[in-house]
Amino acid sequence: MNAKNRNRYDRLATWFFGINGWMGIAILLGIFAMLVYNTIAFFARVSPMDFITNTQWNPGAEGPKGLYGLLPLLISTLLVTFGAMLLAVPIGIGTAVFISEYTSPRVKNILKPAVEMLAAIPSVVIGFIGIVIIGPGIAGTFGLSNGLNAMNGAILLAMMALPTIITVAEDALHAVPADLKEASYGLGAGKWTTLYRVAIPAARPGIIAGVMLGMGRAIGETMTVLMATGNALSFPSGFFDSVRTITATIAIELGEVPHQTTHYYGLFALALVLFLITLTVNSLADRISHRIRQYH
Amino acid sequence: MNEKKPDLPLILLASCTAIVCGFLLFILFHIYSQGAGTINSRFLTELPRNGMTEGGILPAIAGTILLTLITTWFAVPFGIAAAVYLNEYAGDNPSTRLIRAAVRNLAGVPSIIYGLFGLALFVQGMHLGTSLLSAGLTLGLLSLPYIITTTEEALKTVPNSLREAAMGLGATRFETIRDIVLPAAIPGILTGVILSVARAAGETAPILFTGAAFYITGLPVHPLQEFMALPYHLYMLSTQHQSIETVRPLAYGTAVVLVSFVFLLNITASVLRSRYRSQIHL
Repeated sequence: MNAKNRNRYDRLATWFFGINGWMGIAILLGIFAMLVYNTIAFFARVSPMDFITNTQWNPGAEGPKGLYGLLPLLISTLLVTFGAMLLAVPIGIGTAVFISEYTSPRVKNILKPAVEMLAAIPSVVIGFIGIVIIGPGIAGTFGLSNGLNAMNGAILLAMMALPTIITVAEDALHAVPADLKEASYGLGAGKWTTLYRVAIPAARPGIIAGVMLGMGRAIGETMTVLMATGNALSFPSGFFDSVRTITATIAIELGEVPHQTTHYYGLFALALVLFLITLTVNSLADRISHRIRQYH
Repeated sequence: MNEKKPDLPLILLASCTAIVCGFLLFILFHIYSQGAGTINSRFLTELPRNGMTEGGILPAIAGTILLTLITTWFAVPFGIAAAVYLNEYAGDNPSTRLIRAAVRNLAGVPSIIYGLFGLALFVQGMHLGTSLLSAGLTLGLLSLPYIITTTEEALKTVPNSLREAAMGLGATRFETIRDIVLPAAIPGILTGVILSVARAAGETAPILFTGAAFYITGLPVHPLQEFMALPYHLYMLSTQHQSIETVRPLAYGTAVVLVSFVFLLNITASVLRSRYRSQIHL
């Protein structure tokens, strides 16, 4: 091949890779534009104030009008996520500290793949466990007629958020410079004091980032909450109530509704809310973890 | 030092770890012990019969494998190309950082939103209908950010001296990438690709509206057909079937096959990764 052709190929390749490189932004913008476009169609029919302030989501009610209140779904999502974080944050950070500070390399080589395996279990299988194990367990323990409620969803989402929290927090703890800890030991501090006063504070941004990424995962998770929370359309008042999250609502209703109707567009408006929440949570996590990279 | 005093923090941390491992072992033990009785050669090779209450899950297995192949076919070339751009062409400047941030954010977009996007773009926009192709493309989009990230990691491990040597011998940038950098990074890229595809294979939410069907009488033969898939099948059997208790054994069996399929891909990836690690340390 002569030099001219080779250069031509090289320029062509530069273009090809460049176009693909920008694809990430294109897809993200594409998703955003698609959601906004359909949400505008929704707001042409239902006022945004109604969407934000109405306390009922019931598109079938009142004949063709229907009730499109975001609140009960949003509260359900937040309730289940909050419960999941209540469980997953202490357990996750505890596990990360244990793996990073207390185990030999050999034990580490067993525990880390175990965490990866937990992450690899498909969400539909976790949801199935919620139906066959956690649900009956909750019903039996608390004397309820069935265990498909917010608590069930919270336990399952905790399982799904744990691997993310553990992995990111463990990386952060691992990245704490050894001389910081050695200085602490040198001043006479014990293992626990060093951990509590030096290692964990130094790794804090990474730990927080891990928790936020885990939270983002829990908020956006569909199958587990769809299968295990009972999906009742009411305003939740506690963990024993059956709830219907934003994700579950989209999953249930999009399959049934005729396309290009108010109800159909309403589901895209829900998706836009979900998208903005997870984008915010993930961007914050991203910014925090970026800060530690600069710091080290 | 008082030797007898129990180390309370250590006990606490260890029990956190025990809870996590307990979750994993319990899930696996339960699924496999309950599902083992259902698994036999007929369950794996027969079509469902009698309104899904009897027979096998072959169409779901075939659907998931085909879906995975379509996902790989579309996502891998573009994902690798994007990673090559980020690692080999783009410098460290604001626009590159923006792209990286977008890719990381894409990885955090809920899978159900990919489902909506697939519905709007492939099913309706491109008129592909609810089909194997639409669902495969949707899962392809979902796995792209993971493929880009892991491929970039793999490209980073290729020493710069290799690139400099190739360019010093007069190779163009493209030739260097094609003949030197990519071959050196292949094991790492492959590991990442398999992990990303394994994740996509277990997804349910993105295929809900893009082509998965509960009951197809035959095997999938055309990419524009609706299809059965293992995760969707498990969802339907455990929540939507009219006699849920009767089909519970089938649900457990499906869960065993799905988990085994995903783990098999994951184990393949980690074997590749450990081989690769020992190679570069030579």
